[in-house]
Amino acid sequence: MNKATTSSNRHYILQSGDFQRLLDSIIGNGYRCLGPTVQDQAIVLDDVSSVKDLPVGWSDNQQAAAYRLQKNGSPAFFGYVLGPGSWKKFLYPARERLLTTTRSRSGWKAEASAEPVQKMAFLGIRPCELQALAVLDKVLLEGTYADPVYRARRSQILVIAVNCAEVGGTCFCDSMSTGPKAVSGFDLALTEIITDGKHHFVVESATAKGDEIVKLAHGVSASDQEISKADAVSTAAAKKLSKKLNTIGVKDLLARNLTHPRWKETAGRCLTCSNCTLVCPTCFCITVEDYTDLKGNSAERVRRWDSCFTMDHSYIHGGSIRNTPDSRYRQWLTHKFSSWWEQYGISGCVGCGRCITWCPAAIDVTEEIQAIRDSEKT
Amino acid sequence: MAQHKKPKVAVWKFASCDGCQLSLLDCEDELLAVAGEIQIANFLEASRAVVNGPYDVSLVEGSITTPHDIVRIQQVRKQSKYLITIGACATAGGIQALRNFKNVKDYITAVYAHPEYIETLALSTPIAANVEVDFELRGCPINKYQLIEVICALLNNRKPNIPKYSVCLECKQNGNVCVMVAQGVSCLGPVTQAGCGALCPAYNRGCFGCFGPKETPNTISLSNRFSDLGMKKDDIIRIYRTYNAFAEPFRKESEAYER
Ligand code: SF4
Ligand code: SF4
Ligand code: SF4
Ligand code: SF4
Repeated sequence: MNKATTSSNRHYILQSGDFQRLLDSIIGNGYRCLGPTVQDQAIVLDDVSSVKDLPVGWSDNQQAAAYRLQKNGSPAFFGYVLGPGSWKKFLYPARERLLTTTRSRSGWKAEASAEPVQKMAFLGIRPCELQALAVLDKVLLEGTYADPVYRARRSQILVIAVNCAEVGGTCFCDSMSTGPKAVSGFDLALTEIITDGKHHFVVESATAKGDEIVKLAHGVSASDQEISKADAVSTAAAKKLSKKLNTIGVKDLLARNLTHPRWKETAGRCLTCSNCTLVCPTCFCITVEDYTDLKGNSAERVRRWDSCFTMDHSYIHGGSIRNTPDSRYRQWLTHKFSSWWEQYGISGCVGCGRCITWCPAAIDVTEEIQAIRDSEKT
Repeated sequence: MAQHKKPKVAVWKFASCDGCQLSLLDCEDELLAVAGEIQIANFLEASRAVVNGPYDVSLVEGSITTPHDIVRIQQVRKQSKYLITIGACATAGGIQALRNFKNVKDYITAVYAHPEYIETLALSTPIAANVEVDFELRGCPINKYQLIEVICALLNNRKPNIPKYSVCLECKQNGNVCVMVAQGVSCLGPVTQAGCGALCPAYNRGCFGCFGPKETPNTISLSNRFSDLGMKKDDIIRIYRTYNAFAEPFRKESEAYER
């Protein structure tokens, strides 16, 4: 989890046949091991304890509003790109009870809800998603009020990244400088290599914990040649990325186009369904609800994921501020690519492409931004 | 509502299947607790005992389909402090509102041996089209937890947590995989109000729209998407014409495809 410079990192070779040992050593170290599994015709992040749980031989085909999982016969453990759900769900749960209060003779007694937190290992987290964690860290841990729910979970995770060998049709990580190779924010970063009937991983370790885990799994030191083979996998992956976003001046581009006709045009297609914000690994909006029992003797405060696409999100006395679909679409796009910079000094988008794949209306953020950029040329 | 006095609650039935009332009985675990906090004054599905009005709360199931219904709902309104409609029939006219798209006389002649005995209105209408309604609970049938939430909120003088946003929010909160994107299955979730817990997508099926239109539904865009997925005109008309066929956004969308 510690940020480390690549130069001081250690490199190991882990044979695919020893991968079960890696899982065993993660679990043996007290972690709940979470990673990719195949469920409901998609890659779903869930508990993983055996190599058999991994999506061996599955790949995903992604484009705007379409995702198809395919069996491709490859021996690869990590031959897919990204599923719909991000790691956010484990660190920032969709629903969380914050507070319980009970009425007693002496008045109301409030108790903060502290659900026990288990140590988690994130196995297979992609480079863009490492950056998403860095973004969430900025939003939720820095400043006057750190989020206790996120902090309790975040402080205990073991991060085992997997560099991308394949890229998705909606990925644009190189445009956002977040991938396809992990540079920081991990304990271990794996590159899967399948050549000449051999199948192994080049493992980069940035922390002592990472060293310990990989050694337990019988990892041995990698040669410079083997390390450069891993680098070649990442270089080849970067070449495959077809979707691009011109990010030059994007913050100001959007900020000076708040009355652009494009917002209305896109709102004609936008379903205001919220899917883009919910799949986005950095969207953090929540709402807080209070519930009571029938007698009014106990109450609880619950928070759950919300989205700027709902009317309630901008509701103040008298009505919703963003009551048109164009104002809501604009809020989403400008927050991710423009006002996020003002708030947090970084981009709110990491280029994972999920909002494009999982938008039922096939709206593509990169096309939207490009359209606004192009309109300024004429 | 005063703490010491139990509110008098009445349940009324109009044109409906009784399914929503049964949701109340289905509250098994919670039913005793609910019964302890309210006085059930009129609930024929549960008991023959009837207490006269006025009532603090009336839960109304069913749509208005006969001249007699109109008289009756006006009486219910007069006797009730709060009137809450429960279910798709009461809030949108129900599945029986399919007749609104045709001439009801044709049906009567086709179905009944003595059509002259049948006294019915041309339209099946929601309660709110006839009298003022304080709160509408959606669903076909309603979700019993939402019903308990509304009763709880009423008893404690707070706003019920009944969101008007899309089923997609619940779908994603529950960690379902979107069936429309991952399988190309048509789903009404993006235009339908949440409340069911995204039940159908959890079982790999598209949403049927039981909870009716959400806030700001963009049916035009969704229908375009359905066409892209290969749905024919007739199928698009049909997908909007179920339990909430007469709810305005669904009605308009299906009619647009009839032209
Ligand atoms: S805005 Fe879209 S592409 Fe960017 S991080 Fe969010 S989901 Fe990924
Ligand atoms: S884009 Fe919308 S949902 Fe996402 S963080 Fe910003 S305001 Fe919240
Ligand atoms: S952009 Fe797409 S995913 Fe986002 S709210 Fe609009 S239709 Fe839904
Ligand atoms: S399955 Fe349906 S309800 Fe769920 S996210 Fe997809 S479109 Fe929305």
